[in-house]
Amino acid sequence: MAVSAGVMIARPAAPATLSADAWQRFRRNRLALAGLVVVALLVVAAVGAPWLAPADPAKQSLIEKRARPGNKFLLGADEFGRDILSRVLFGSRVALLVGLLSVAIALGLGLVLGCLAGFAGGWIDVLIMRGVEVLLAFPYLLLAIAVVSALGPGVLNTTIAVGIWGTPTVTRVVRGAVLAARESEYVSAARALGASAGEVLRRHVLRNILPTVVVYSTLFMANAILVEAALSFLGLGVQPPTPSWGLMVSSGRDFLLVAPHIATIPGLAIMLAVLGFNLLGDGLRDALDPRLRGQV
Amino acid sequence: MLTFIARRLLLAIPVLLGVVFVVMLTIELIPGDAVSLMLGEHATPEAVAKLRDYLGLDKPLLVRYVGYVGRVARGDLGRSIQQNRPVVDELADAWPATLELTAAALVIAAAFGIAAGVISAVWPNSAFDALARLGSLFGLSMPVFWTGLVLIVVFALWLPWMPVGGMGSPAHLVLPAVTLALPSLAMVARMTRSSVLDVLREDYVRTARAKGVAERLVVAKHALRNAAIPILTLLGLQAGQLMGGAVLTETVFAWPGLGRLMVKAIFARDYVLLQGAVLIFALAFVVINLAVDLAYGALDPRIARQG
Repeated sequence: MAVSAGVMIARPAAPATLSADAWQRFRRNRLALAGLVVVALLVVAAVGAPWLAPADPAKQSLIEKRARPGNKFLLGADEFGRDILSRVLFGSRVALLVGLLSVAIALGLGLVLGCLAGFAGGWIDVLIMRGVEVLLAFPYLLLAIAVVSALGPGVLNTTIAVGIWGTPTVTRVVRGAVLAARESEYVSAARALGASAGEVLRRHVLRNILPTVVVYSTLFMANAILVEAALSFLGLGVQPPTPSWGLMVSSGRDFLLVAPHIATIPGLAIMLAVLGFNLLGDGLRDALDPRLRGQV
Repeated sequence: MLTFIARRLLLAIPVLLGVVFVVMLTIELIPGDAVSLMLGEHATPEAVAKLRDYLGLDKPLLVRYVGYVGRVARGDLGRSIQQNRPVVDELADAWPATLELTAAALVIAAAFGIAAGVISAVWPNSAFDALARLGSLFGLSMPVFWTGLVLIVVFALWLPWMPVGGMGSPAHLVLPAVTLALPSLAMVARMTRSSVLDVLREDYVRTARAKGVAERLVVAKHALRNAAIPILTLLGLQAGQLMGGAVLTETVFAWPGLGRLMVKAIFARDYVLLQGAVLIFALAFVVINLAVDLAYGALDPRIARQG
């Protein structure tokens, strides 16, 4: 009798209606839908770049260098006569790849550290959270710059730097969510009914912080794309000839007067991608957990 | 209040020690021999020996850390490799430019952001509100370095109203400061809107309105003053955003500040100078957040009492 009641309490049997509910809210939000469309287009561009691109992104044509946008080059040609549209399409691969992998790094480290701090408490919590405070004491971008300047440039090191930059915030968010869940009545109930710590963690805590993590990861994607672009713009991130949007803006800097399209068009791509993830993240937050408004 | 201040100051010490540790570790991450990488192939043996001695790479980590903390506390950040000058002097030459830029940007972001946020909150869902919210979404999504280049193309090349770069007259400050301010302005506007909206729903605001207080005073005295704490917190955090953004803005506008010095140091593999610049940025950020923390105590006596 007690056991069957326990099963009922421990397994809230409504995940399907919860997500259906969230989708209802999401669907009514026009900005969120716009974000979803932009992100979907970005994924299509990244996956389909070889088929969508009208030209080889590396093919140079010195007679046509700095060609204005027109018939042959829809978005113009860069300082080596390479087709900018094709390079922007291939650039979406770098942006998404660095973004996704750095989110994975930040989430992986942040989830482990945050759960550890929130669950273990005591000196482990103090140690982890002091470390987080120290990393957060580095102003935006500077931690990533310091890491990448030591490791050296390149796609992999940029990804690591952006991932490390994101870790302290994820750790903090996860720890907060774990603490809140730990204090909640449903977790006390599960514990009282004899659930093991691992079970509580998996079934109650992780499942409850899932919306927060999803929302945070989406918004982090936007920032990761910005930081990768910034590092590459400074010459510290992705190196030529790999087409990265930040790098393309940087190489167009010398031709602002004669050919402003070289620097400005890749920047538009960055803005659109970041805007898409920001809108999607805001929409997911409002749909999944309106209480998070103002927190993330 | 005094114990509150003392407590906050003491809490900042471990953070500062941690920051110094992380900055020291960056040299550790360099693959290969950091000294020969920094000095190049043609360095004299004396120079190599001197740098090795300064960095103390043959000593255990903890010994080196204690030594480094001691030197930093005495204001000795080593000598830059390119200019062969004390790093402290190079930083002292560059920081006023960065302070001027970030302070101007912070003022722009706070003034226009708070104004836009309050107007949005007082007339929610109006045309202004819709425009401000859309604008702040774009402001948050534009990469700073790109905004700077677009402003240069429009306001310095097509319409020759502003200088392209460099520092000197007040006109030189306009484009870089606006560029740097935009993302923070957007954040401040968003945050002000939501906090003022929250406060306007409070019971005491209804009471004030019911007893006939003018709407202007309700907003100025009740709403804005109570929304001050989240806005202030955000401004403190935005100071960090501005320092990071300054690295990009200074690069775009050839602004002779710490950010540009730092980027130059990276390309010259001058890690001693780089460490000094990163350290200064982080110290400034810690001090600003400490000041914000102390300001809470002044704004809200409850916080000071809780310690």
